[in-house]
Amino acid sequence: MAVALILLLVAVGSVLFHIYSPWWWTPIATNWSYIDHTISITFWITGAVFFAVIAFMAYCVFRFHHKEGRRAAYNPENKKLEWWLTIGTAVGVGAMLAPGLFVWHQFVTVPADATEIEVMGQQWQWSFRLPGKDGRMGTTNVRNISPENPMGLNRDDPNGQDDVVIESGDLHLPIGKPVKVLLRSLDVLHNFYVPEFRAKMDMVPGMVTYFWMTPIRTGTFDVLCAELCGVAHAQMRAKVIVQEEGEYHAWLETQKTFAELSGRNAVTKATYKSGGK
Amino acid sequence: MVDVPYDARADAPPAEVPEVELYHPRSWWTQYVFSQDAKVIAIQYSLTASAIGLVALVLSWLMRLQLGFPGTFSFIDASQYLQFITMHGMIMVIYLLTALFLGGFGNYLIPLMVGARDMVFPYVNMLSYWIYLLAVLVLASTFFVPGGPTGAGWTLYPPQAVLSGTPGQDWGIVLMLVSLILFIIGFTMGGLNYVVTVLQARTRGMTLMRMPLTVWGIFTATVMALLAFPALFVASVMMLFDRLLGTSFFMPALVEMGQQMKYGGGSPILFQHLFWFFGHPEVYIVALPAFGIVSDLISTHARKNIFGYRMMVWAIVGIGALSFVVWAHHMYVSGMHPKFGFFFATTTLIIAIPTAIKVYNWVLTLWRGDIHLTVPMLFALGFIITFVNGGLTGLFLGNVVVDVPLSDTMFVVAHFHMVMGVAPIMVVLGAIYHWYPKVTGRMLDDWMGKFHFWVTFLGAYLIFFPMHYIGLLGVPRRYHDIGEAAFIPSSTHTLNAFITVMALIVGFAQMVFLFNLVWSLFKGRPSGGNPWRATTLEWQTPETPPGHGNWGKELPVVYRWAYDYSVPGAAQDFIPQNQPRATPAVQGAAP
Amino acid sequence: MSAIILFMAVIAVIAGWWLSQQRLTAKPWLEEGSIDDFPGTGAITLPAAKIGLGVFLAVAGSLFALFISAYSMRMNMVDWRTMPVPSLLWFNTGVLVLSSVALQWAQMAAHRNNMDGVIVGLCAGGASAVTFLIGQLLAWQQLRAAGYFVASNPANSFFYMMTAAHGLHLMGGLVALGRATARVWRGAEMAQVRLSVELCTIYWHFLLLVWLVLLGLLTGWTDDFVDICRRLLT
Ligand code: HEM
Ligand SMILES: [Cu+2]
Ligand SMILES: [Cu+2]
Repeated sequence: MAVALILLLVAVGSVLFHIYSPWWWTPIATNWSYIDHTISITFWITGAVFFAVIAFMAYCVFRFHHKEGRRAAYNPENKKLEWWLTIGTAVGVGAMLAPGLFVWHQFVTVPADATEIEVMGQQWQWSFRLPGKDGRMGTTNVRNISPENPMGLNRDDPNGQDDVVIESGDLHLPIGKPVKVLLRSLDVLHNFYVPEFRAKMDMVPGMVTYFWMTPIRTGTFDVLCAELCGVAHAQMRAKVIVQEEGEYHAWLETQKTFAELSGRNAVTKATYKSGGK
Repeated sequence: MVDVPYDARADAPPAEVPEVELYHPRSWWTQYVFSQDAKVIAIQYSLTASAIGLVALVLSWLMRLQLGFPGTFSFIDASQYLQFITMHGMIMVIYLLTALFLGGFGNYLIPLMVGARDMVFPYVNMLSYWIYLLAVLVLASTFFVPGGPTGAGWTLYPPQAVLSGTPGQDWGIVLMLVSLILFIIGFTMGGLNYVVTVLQARTRGMTLMRMPLTVWGIFTATVMALLAFPALFVASVMMLFDRLLGTSFFMPALVEMGQQMKYGGGSPILFQHLFWFFGHPEVYIVALPAFGIVSDLISTHARKNIFGYRMMVWAIVGIGALSFVVWAHHMYVSGMHPKFGFFFATTTLIIAIPTAIKVYNWVLTLWRGDIHLTVPMLFALGFIITFVNGGLTGLFLGNVVVDVPLSDTMFVVAHFHMVMGVAPIMVVLGAIYHWYPKVTGRMLDDWMGKFHFWVTFLGAYLIFFPMHYIGLLGVPRRYHDIGEAAFIPSSTHTLNAFITVMALIVGFAQMVFLFNLVWSLFKGRPSGGNPWRATTLEWQTPETPPGHGNWGKELPVVYRWAYDYSVPGAAQDFIPQNQPRATPAVQGAAP
Repeated sequence: MSAIILFMAVIAVIAGWWLSQQRLTAKPWLEEGSIDDFPGTGAITLPAAKIGLGVFLAVAGSLFALFISAYSMRMNMVDWRTMPVPSLLWFNTGVLVLSSVALQWAQMAAHRNNMDGVIVGLCAGGASAVTFLIGQLLAWQQLRAAGYFVASNPANSFFYMMTAAHGLHLMGGLVALGRATARVWRGAEMAQVRLSVELCTIYWHFLLLVWLVLLGLLTGWTDDFVDICRRLLT
C-alpha cells in the first residue's frame, strides 16, 4: 500500500536525516556539556516514541485499509492498555524531567568564586565592563549615561573607578575561571547569546539579569542578539575571545579604566590579579 | 455512497426542549449579510478568516524568499522583514486559526451537532462577526498607514514595541492594539454563544458524554479563550496607555538612541506574564478544536468508535485546566526569577501525558478498523504525524534547561509551526473536505483533494523538519539575514534555499485547493445528506444544506453516543445518534 | 499573578463541581435509550440569558482579576507612590450601594407582581448609577486639579485605568437597564420583566463587589488585610 509506505518513509527519513544531518550543535566551549547530555537523552526518548507511533500507524493503514467486506472491530476502550500507556509515558517524561531539573539547579547556582563581569546591550551594539583590581564593580544608573560615560557608572563610587569599560571592542575571558555574567540593557530587551556557550539570558532594561559559566576552550566566538530588538537586530554582533590566563592579562594591561576614560587620573592602572585571590 | 434509507424521526417522541425564538430574515440583506443564522455567520467568519489568512500566506513567501536568497530581493529590507513576521504570526494565530476554529467551525457545527435550532443569542452572534470584520480591517489598514505595520514580533514585547528602533512605532502598533481589543470584544460575544448553546440548548437525550468530541474540543477551547483573552486585553490596554498617555506600566527608565526617555520604573516582564497568560492557553485554543475534529474524522473514516472516548474527554478537560499554569515556559530566559523554572518545567511536562494519551487513542482507533483512505482521513493521518513531531519537540522546549540553548532560535520556529501551524491546518483542511458536502450539498473533487494533501503534507514536513536543525546549529529567529558567523556552514544557505522552494510549492498547492472549492460548488458530485455515513446529528438534517432552523418541525432526539460504528449485529456499519433501536427494521420490508 | 490564579482556581472549582454532576465516568456506549433513563444530565433548564450573564461575569471577573494582578506586581517597583484617595469616593461608594439596593428592591417588587415598585426601583437604581458615574468624573477632576496626572506615577495610572474600566462596565449595564425600563414602560408581561430585572440586579451586585475590591486595593486596605492573613498563617 502506497500510503502506508509513504508514512513509514517519513518516519525512516526523519531518523536518517537526524543521523546524517551536517547541521548540528556547535562544539561546546563551556562547562555546560550537561545541557548537551540532557538534549541527547531527550532526543533518544522522543525519537523512539516518534518512530514507534508513526510505524504503528503505518502498519495499521497497511493492514486495515478498506477492502470489500471488511468490518471494523467494536472496541470502546481497554482500561489496562490505557493505564500501561499512561504509566509508560509518565516514566518517559520523568526520565527527561529529572536530569533537566538537576542541571537547571546547577545552572542557577552560581559558584562563590565566580568573577563578575558585565555585558550591556543597546540598540545595536554591545559594551562590556570588567572589574578592576579590587575585583568589584561600581554601581550604575541609566540617568548617568552620557557620551563620556556610556555605561552610566556612578562617578562617586570608589569601586567603579578602576573598572575596565570596553565600549565597542571584543570581550576577553580567561579560560578555566568561572564567570558570572551580569546583563544589563539601556533601551530595549536584548539577549546575550553565544552559541558555543549554550547559556543565554535576556537583558532587560531596569533590571540586572545573569548567568554563569566556565570557559573550557580557547578561541574566538560570535556574540549574537537573540531577542528581537529592532531593525538592526540581526547585525548586533561582537566577539568573545577566550584566552589562556597569561595572554588575557597582557590584554587587560592595555585597557583603560573608567577613571582614566573620564579624565580623572586618581586611579592608574595596575597589575591585575585574576578572580578569586 | 448511499443516503440513510430509514426515517429515524418516525418513532421519536415529540421534542420537549423549548424552541429558541428564531428570528426570520425578511430580506436578502438580513438573510445573507446581516444574518443572524449561525450557519451564515459561520461562512462569513470562514471566508473573512481565509481572506486575511491568504495575506499571511503571501507574507510567508516573501519572508522565505528573503531567507532563502538574502540580498536578491531589494524590495524586502530589514524593517519590512520584521513587519512581515509580525503580521504573519499575528494573523495566523489569532485572525485565522482562532477565528476559523471557533467562529467558523464553532458556529456551523455546535448547533447542528447538539441538535439546536441556532445559537442562543443570534443577534449578539451577528454583532460578533461584524466586530471581528472591523478588527480585521483595522489590522489590514496598518499596511497603508505612515510607517506601516508594527515590526515588534507577534509577541509585541515592550519596551521595543513602542520605541522608534522598531518599525511601525507611530501608527502600526497603536492600530494593532486597537485591532486586538476589537477582536477580543467580538470574540467574547461569539464565545458566550458557543458556551451557552452547549450548556443550555442541547436537544433531548444529548448528555455531555454523548457529545461528539468536536463539540467537546470547541466548547473547552471557547471556555479557555473567554478566560484567557482578558489577559491580552489588559496587556493591550496598558500598552496603549504607555504609548499614548506616557504612563510607565511596562516602561523602565531608558536611554533610546542617546536620548533619555521620560519613562521610568516599569516592568517589561510584567507584560510578558500577561501576554503569555493569554499566549499559552491560546496554543490550546487552537489545538483543542483540532483534537476534537480530528477524533471525529478518524472515527468516521475508520468506521470504528473512537478508542477510549472517556479518556479523550477527560484529557481535553485536563489539558484545558492545566494549560493555565504553564505560561512561564515561554519566559525561561526572560530574566524572571530562576526558581520559577522548576515549577513551570514540571507542569509543562505533565501536560505531555494527557496529550500523549490522545495520540495513542487516535492511532489505536485505527487498529482493526476499516480505514477508508478518503481525503479527510489522509489529512487526519498527516495531522497525527506533524502533531506528534511538534509535540515531542515541545518536550525539549518545555524542559527548562534544554530550552536555554534552543530558545529564540529557528528550532522554536520549526517547533511551533509543526505543532500549531501545520497540524491544525491539516485538521482545518481535512474538516473542510469532510463538511463541505453538508455546507454545499456537493463533494469536493477527490483527485484535486489528494494532490492537495500530498503536496501540502510532504511539502510542509520538508519545510519545517529540517528547520529544527538550523536552530540546533544556533541560528536565531527573527533574523532577516543570518549574515556571516563562524559557526554557520555554507550548506545552511543551500538548506534555506531548499526550504524556500518547498514553501512556494506548498503555497501553489493551496491555489489548487481554492480552485477546487469554487469549481466543486458548481460542478461537484451531489453528495446527498450523509455521504460519509456518519452518526452525528449534523448529517441527519432533513435538508442538505440544512435549512433555517436546522431541523424542520421537530428537534431530533438522541438515543446513543456519537460513535456507534460497526456495532456487532447491526445491519449497517453505523447507527445515527437519533436512531432509537440498535438494529433498524429491515429496509424495504415496509408495507 | 496570584489574584488571577486564585480567580481561576475558583472558576475551576465551580466547573469541576458542575462536571462532577454530569456522569463523566459513565460508559456512554452501554447507555442506549432516551434521556429519561439518565436524570439530571440534560441541558441546563435555566434561561439562556441567565447562564449567559453568569459566563459573562466570569469573563469580566477574569479581566478585573488581571488588572489586580498587574497592579500588585507593579506596586512592588521602587517608583510607586501611593495616591491619596479623594473623599468623594466614599460618597460615590454610598451611591453605588444605594443603586444596588434599589435594584434589589425592584427585583423583590417583581416577585410580588408589583409593577409600580419595579418602575420606582429601576429608575432609582439607574439615577443613582448615573450619579455614581458623575461622581467618579468629579473625582478625576479633583485629582487632576491636585496634580495627580495619569502619567505622573504608576499608582495614578492604575487608578484612572481601573476606575475607567469599572465605569465602562457600569455604562454597559445602564444600556441594559434602560432597555429593561423601556420594556416595563411599554407594559411588558411580568414574567419577562422579572427576568430582565433579575439579570440587571445580579450584574449590579457584581459591579458593586468589584468596586469594593478596587476601593480596598486603592486605599491600601487589601494590603493590610493580606499582611494580617500572612501573619496569622506564620
Ligand atoms: C507554509 C506555511 C508557512 C510558512 C512558509 C511560514 C514561514 C514563516 C517564517 C519564515 C517565519 C519567520 C521566522 C523568523 O524569521 O523568525 C514565520 C513566523 C511565524 N509563523 Fe509562519 N509560516 C507558515 C505558516 C504558519 C502558520 C499556519 C502559522 C499558525 C500558527 C504560523 C505562525 C507563525 C508565527 C506565530 C510566527 C512567529 C512570528 C514572530 O516571530 O513574531 N505560520 N513563519
Ligand atoms: Cu539586540
Ligand atoms: Cu506555551
